[in-house]
Amino acid sequence: MSNSQMTPRRAAGIAAGRLSADQLAENFDDLHAPYAPHEAAVAADRCYFCYDAPCVTACPTDIDIPLFIRQIQTGTPEAAAKTILTQNILGGMCARVCPTETLCEQVCVREVSEGKPVEIGRLQRHATDTLMEAGVHPFTRAKPTGKKVAVIGAGPAGLACAHRLAMHGHEVSLYDAAPKPGGLNEFGIAAYKSTDDFAAREVNWLMQIGGITLHSGKALGRDLEISSLQKEYDAVFLGLGLGGVSALRAAGEDRGGVEDAVSFIADLRQASDLATLPVGRHVVVIGGGMTAVDAAVQSKLLGAEHVTIAYRRDRAAMSASRYEQDLAASHGVNILFNAQPVAVHGNGAATEVEFEYTATQNDTLTGTGETTRIKADQVFKAIGQTLEDAPDGLKIEQGKIAVMGAGRTSQKGTWAGGDCATGGDDLTVTAVAEGRDAAQDIHTTLMG
Amino acid sequence: MADLTSTFVGIKSPNPFWLASAPPTDKEYNVRRAFEAGWGGVVWKTLGSEGPPVVNVNGPRYGAIYGADRRLLGLNNIELITDRPLQQNLREIKAVKRDYPDRAMVVSLMVPCEEEAWKAILPVVEDTGADGIELNFGCPHGMSERGMGAAVGQVPEYIEMVARWCKQNTRMPVIVKLTPNITDIRKPAEAAKRGGADAVSLINTINSITSVNLDTMSPEPSIDGKGSHGGYCGPAVKPIALSMVSEIARHADTAGLPISGIGGVTTWRDAAEFMSLGCGNVQVCTAVMTYGFKIVSEMISGLSDWMDEKGHTSTADFVGQAVPNVTDWQYLNLNYVAKAKINQDSCISCGRCYAACEDTSHQAISMSPGRTFEVIDAECVACNLCVDVCPVEDCISMEQMAPGEIDPRSGKLVEKDYANWTTHPNNPGAVAAE
Repeated sequence: MSNSQMTPRRAAGIAAGRLSADQLAENFDDLHAPYAPHEAAVAADRCYFCYDAPCVTACPTDIDIPLFIRQIQTGTPEAAAKTILTQNILGGMCARVCPTETLCEQVCVREVSEGKPVEIGRLQRHATDTLMEAGVHPFTRAKPTGKKVAVIGAGPAGLACAHRLAMHGHEVSLYDAAPKPGGLNEFGIAAYKSTDDFAAREVNWLMQIGGITLHSGKALGRDLEISSLQKEYDAVFLGLGLGGVSALRAAGEDRGGVEDAVSFIADLRQASDLATLPVGRHVVVIGGGMTAVDAAVQSKLLGAEHVTIAYRRDRAAMSASRYEQDLAASHGVNILFNAQPVAVHGNGAATEVEFEYTATQNDTLTGTGETTRIKADQVFKAIGQTLEDAPDGLKIEQGKIAVMGAGRTSQKGTWAGGDCATGGDDLTVTAVAEGRDAAQDIHTTLMG
Repeated sequence: MADLTSTFVGIKSPNPFWLASAPPTDKEYNVRRAFEAGWGGVVWKTLGSEGPPVVNVNGPRYGAIYGADRRLLGLNNIELITDRPLQQNLREIKAVKRDYPDRAMVVSLMVPCEEEAWKAILPVVEDTGADGIELNFGCPHGMSERGMGAAVGQVPEYIEMVARWCKQNTRMPVIVKLTPNITDIRKPAEAAKRGGADAVSLINTINSITSVNLDTMSPEPSIDGKGSHGGYCGPAVKPIALSMVSEIARHADTAGLPISGIGGVTTWRDAAEFMSLGCGNVQVCTAVMTYGFKIVSEMISGLSDWMDEKGHTSTADFVGQAVPNVTDWQYLNLNYVAKAKINQDSCISCGRCYAACEDTSHQAISMSPGRTFEVIDAECVACNLCVDVCPVEDCISMEQMAPGEIDPRSGKLVEKDYANWTTHPNNPGAVAAE
């Protein structure tokens, strides 16, 4: 129990401690509790072991899902975990954060036929948790090759790349600008999806492969130069992520209380006491992706009274899945569609956001002229992230590092993957696949 | 509502659902609960001779096989006959029968293979007012090592001899319970009939080891690290029981001999199937040991509704109705040609039919882009494996080809007339067709 003085729940403005420590602990508990063994057995029994299963095709990392479920069913969750981790070394985190409802579970034949897929994500978590709880790292490092690779960014792409390279016997220097590794797994995902410091535990578990040296607090452009890295190492992999936040381009954007959703989520993830985290009574989140949902739901869980997600297009265009939308709605978040921000009003600090309604005509989004105002002490911008500090000389396409094949950039000896590179959705699982595949390509290139 | 009352070898009961001789019928307390729940009759758990009762193991008596969600599919037991004093059992049988005169009370017996032993027990059982006796010649474990149970049931001459002793020494109808642990079930049934038995009941349990503990290397159920074979029962044994029942029902020398059907009866449908193959009633054990006595309510409503739907007013209307359709393989119509047909509207594209057919059968299912699975008639032998592995009921069906059509597999005309192996040109022993 926290002894700190509690703020009245409906205090005006942005305030910390709206809820009791117990309430906060309950609110930020695991979104989906892990399976008990019998639950896992029953869930596994529902898998039909499809031929050339659609779920595998839908998985960006090509995990052999029917096989790992059968391994759970036959009482060997550790073998199931190895099946998963062979394809996706961050299978534990992906089990928690993958939008399975738009990937494997969406195409599960039981989803198609009866609207109730095999719960692949939860089964995957059962397998990987079992293995990790046993403290087992099922991979061993090949004998050293003498080759050195620099991996920039210790997020999902960089970690997957580093692990695969280390497994092949290369010596990996893993750099990250943040004080801790993990990237968005550590700083950018809703807390209730990664409880008990899972992101950090997973990195520690991954590092057991050996051959990876972590250098935290080293940013490209600030502490590291791409040209010297390219000279010093046999190969370079860039898994930089997207460090910038898109601007609202609305009047009053600089008012107090207008913040980046990603910073809010990062602060929340790193907070040792959630009761110290300030949140508005009236919160407006602008955007339509997972970040918007994560920020909105967590605002509500911290004790905000009214939370609205405002998105400029309609529901179908929203990049947060229907499952995520419903998750927000079930936590009491209001979702306003077809509304684009015009201005943030207030006297110094924000008090209201003014929106103009929109309509789509001939594939173009236009304002209708009609406006509405929503009370807001706190406004979160969640309208997308941008590539920041991309190294000079690399070809950029549509704001991302252009890659060909398995992450080859325009410069020989330099690969890129994850959100900073072109190709694929901006998902953890996609980043893992890209990091892994780039590592395979680097290995082939170096040993060729 | 259909009339479910049943008369089996002269024994009346309000419905054809009896509890088999087993743990659920070992005591007055249980049997009263069973009758209150609606069971038509019981076969009281097997009594032995006067004297010190048998003893049971003090560790696990049962082992199980499960399907999905721990649904119990098969049960194995190493329990012996009643381990309570004879006189206590007799007192209780009498008391229960007095209070439930409309229910069938049959008493299972197992005493040494000596006429004196049978002469001694029959009158004391008769004194209870019991309606009949069932001779336990089936119990496959423990008692068989002492020359009783299945040890008798495996020797037709002994069956005949003991059945005769019983018929000569009691007015009560005699039912002989048969063991399935033999090669030809007709032989013990014939012997029972020769000995004068009024009926047979089958099957008793099948020799079994449910599993092996891979840590201790002990068979399960394990008693201090060792296991002994037990008797297997439950839904898993039903197909074996149905086959054995049908063999007796259609065998010339035993046809018409009343049969009480036992072996995995779990639902009204199971009961109706046993009865259609010639059983006058059924006995249930594993299902009540799994779910309790209340399941009889479902059995009564289900059988009654089905009989109403079919227009049967009494159980006698359909008992044995399926027997004429059980035949030998050699008489099956080889001119009947079917092809599997996949209903694309109900297909969920799991591809199990494809994997089964492609890997293990006739490569008669094609897989197209978009996960469309279709039967290749030119390869399909109508084996039914795709139907059996399909998770969607009625998605794949077997459709008969009309006479006059060309079977694309054989290139031959589908004949309209029946023809079987006995006249087939490939049969070296074929007889000329008439």
